[in-house]
Amino acid sequence: MSVALTAVLPRARARVAVLPLGVALLAAAMLAGVLLGPAHVSAAGLWASILDALGIAPLPAEHVRDAAVLGVVRAPRVLMAALVGAGLGAAGAAMQGLFRNPLADPGLIGVSGGAALAAVGAIVLSGSLFGAAAGVMGLWLLPAAAFVGGLGATALMARLGTVQGVAGVATLLLAGVAVNALAGALTGLLVFMADDRQVRDITFWTLGSLAGSRWAQLPVVAVLVGLPTLALCALARPLNALLLGEAEAFHLGIRVEVVKRVALVLAAVAVASGVAFTGLIGFVGLVVPHLVRLGFGADHRLVMPGAALLGGTLLVLADLLARSLAAPAELPVGVVTALLGAPFFLWLLRSRAGAA
Amino acid sequence: MIEADGITVRAGGRALLEGVSLALRPGEVLAVVGPNGAGKSTLLRALAGDQAVAAGQVRVEGRALRAWRPGELARRRAVVSQQVALGFPMRAAEVVALARLPWHTTAQAGRDAAAIALAMEQAGVAHLAGRAYRTLSGGERQRVQVARALAQLDGAAAPAALLLDEPTASLDAGHRGQLLRLLRRLAAQGVAVLVVLHDLNEAAFVADRVAMLIDGRLAVLGGVAEALEPGLLQDAYGLPFRSVAGGGLLPDFGAAGR
Repeated sequence: MSVALTAVLPRARARVAVLPLGVALLAAAMLAGVLLGPAHVSAAGLWASILDALGIAPLPAEHVRDAAVLGVVRAPRVLMAALVGAGLGAAGAAMQGLFRNPLADPGLIGVSGGAALAAVGAIVLSGSLFGAAAGVMGLWLLPAAAFVGGLGATALMARLGTVQGVAGVATLLLAGVAVNALAGALTGLLVFMADDRQVRDITFWTLGSLAGSRWAQLPVVAVLVGLPTLALCALARPLNALLLGEAEAFHLGIRVEVVKRVALVLAAVAVASGVAFTGLIGFVGLVVPHLVRLGFGADHRLVMPGAALLGGTLLVLADLLARSLAAPAELPVGVVTALLGAPFFLWLLRSRAGAA
Repeated sequence: MIEADGITVRAGGRALLEGVSLALRPGEVLAVVGPNGAGKSTLLRALAGDQAVAAGQVRVEGRALRAWRPGELARRRAVVSQQVALGFPMRAAEVVALARLPWHTTAQAGRDAAAIALAMEQAGVAHLAGRAYRTLSGGERQRVQVARALAQLDGAAAPAALLLDEPTASLDAGHRGQLLRLLRRLAAQGVAVLVVLHDLNEAAFVADRVAMLIDGRLAVLGGVAEALEPGLLQDAYGLPFRSVAGGGLLPDFGAAGR
């Protein structure tokens, strides 16, 4: 085999390196996420809290406050950010691969628009219908509505985008635009009907926040975001074939229509389950896959797990910034991801235009 | 190997192919020629399984094309399309490596690196392995796609089929010759080769048999001398052709149209 071939082909070293590197980055970000913030927690406090939680050693008195901050606030929040970020990253990478479009993101398939419509609907209607159940509302009713709305919008988009059994990429994209526009209009109508307090709730939901993360929500998110994320990683080979185009992927033995549907469903579940609990978080799904590609190339066997790990990492760090920058007030995390992501997006756009 | 039995393809109320029957045999090069819009690419796409047929049937090794699992089919027929644009930047060797997807669950997976290297050598693109695909010229890309098809068929149980849609379109004369000689060698090894060509001299050089399509119908299917007969060519292209020494054909571009 020629020297050039061995140099570029298996990328074995990259594949070996990308997972540990990603895991290390995520672990470091999560450690920073639990230790840093307006209330500083020491490493000793973290260690004592872990020993206490595992029942190994009782909590010393000087670490009681640390343990409370960690256990009640920081740990569920950081875990939620890692999971939701991973789902957004993997879903974004899969959608870019599926649509063969570097500017695709999970919002394109209607899931965010639909989730927002349903969440806003829940907020507005809760004033009259569920007023007594505000606690349950915040914890479960709103997420359930957003989840159903997100999946419903994607299902509608997939249905509208399928003509004679074939879900053409261009038709799907246009159907996504139409569904998003419709969801946006209906959301606007609901906002128009809302009172001032509800408008404030709506605004904060659509900007995203991890402040509401609770332990009780995490098992649900772990399953509904974690499993689709792993399943998307398992679609790496078909997504690689789709890099060549749909006809070529079929020539390589891929069932293209099946792969498209499965990937759409998995991405929609991963994103809808995440944003249901956090509100809309933009740019993670768009930017993270490109960062991974810049470092490791287009092979989805690297891009998919890499985007999941880096997505989790970036959302944990964005949340850390969101609660630290204006402490004791909190910035919406969607504002932070957009502030970081938009300039990168523009740079990407311009550098691609220069290359073309 | 691959048979079309009276296939008809319609799009937008118009018949792109009308009742075309032909059989691609192992060990032959079958050239498909004809004027623009005659249905050459449509025929290739129907034989590859990309294009649904409205009537008739395509069979592979006697079994209906639709009855094949895509993965099984991919281990015995490869397709070189006219143009392949990538979704995201890749190097040439990575593009060729995608050809090994159908094999990753088989005992042949261990051959991947060797198959890729051999295919790039045969297609004359080994020196491009590390180049970014998007920086390659049209002709270089075409040869990389040929290498990908070769790598896909490496390890195929005989008979294998290779379908190519105008693979010489962006190539210079030297590389055309290389590709056409490669197709002859593949046929000699038992591969069934179907190639859509514009240049009748290339068809005359490479083909065992020639299929001429006109307006979606198979006008003639036969040996080179039979199919590339000047009277027939004048009917098809609206130009007089004359034979030149050595078996070549020259269109008379200055002659008046149909």
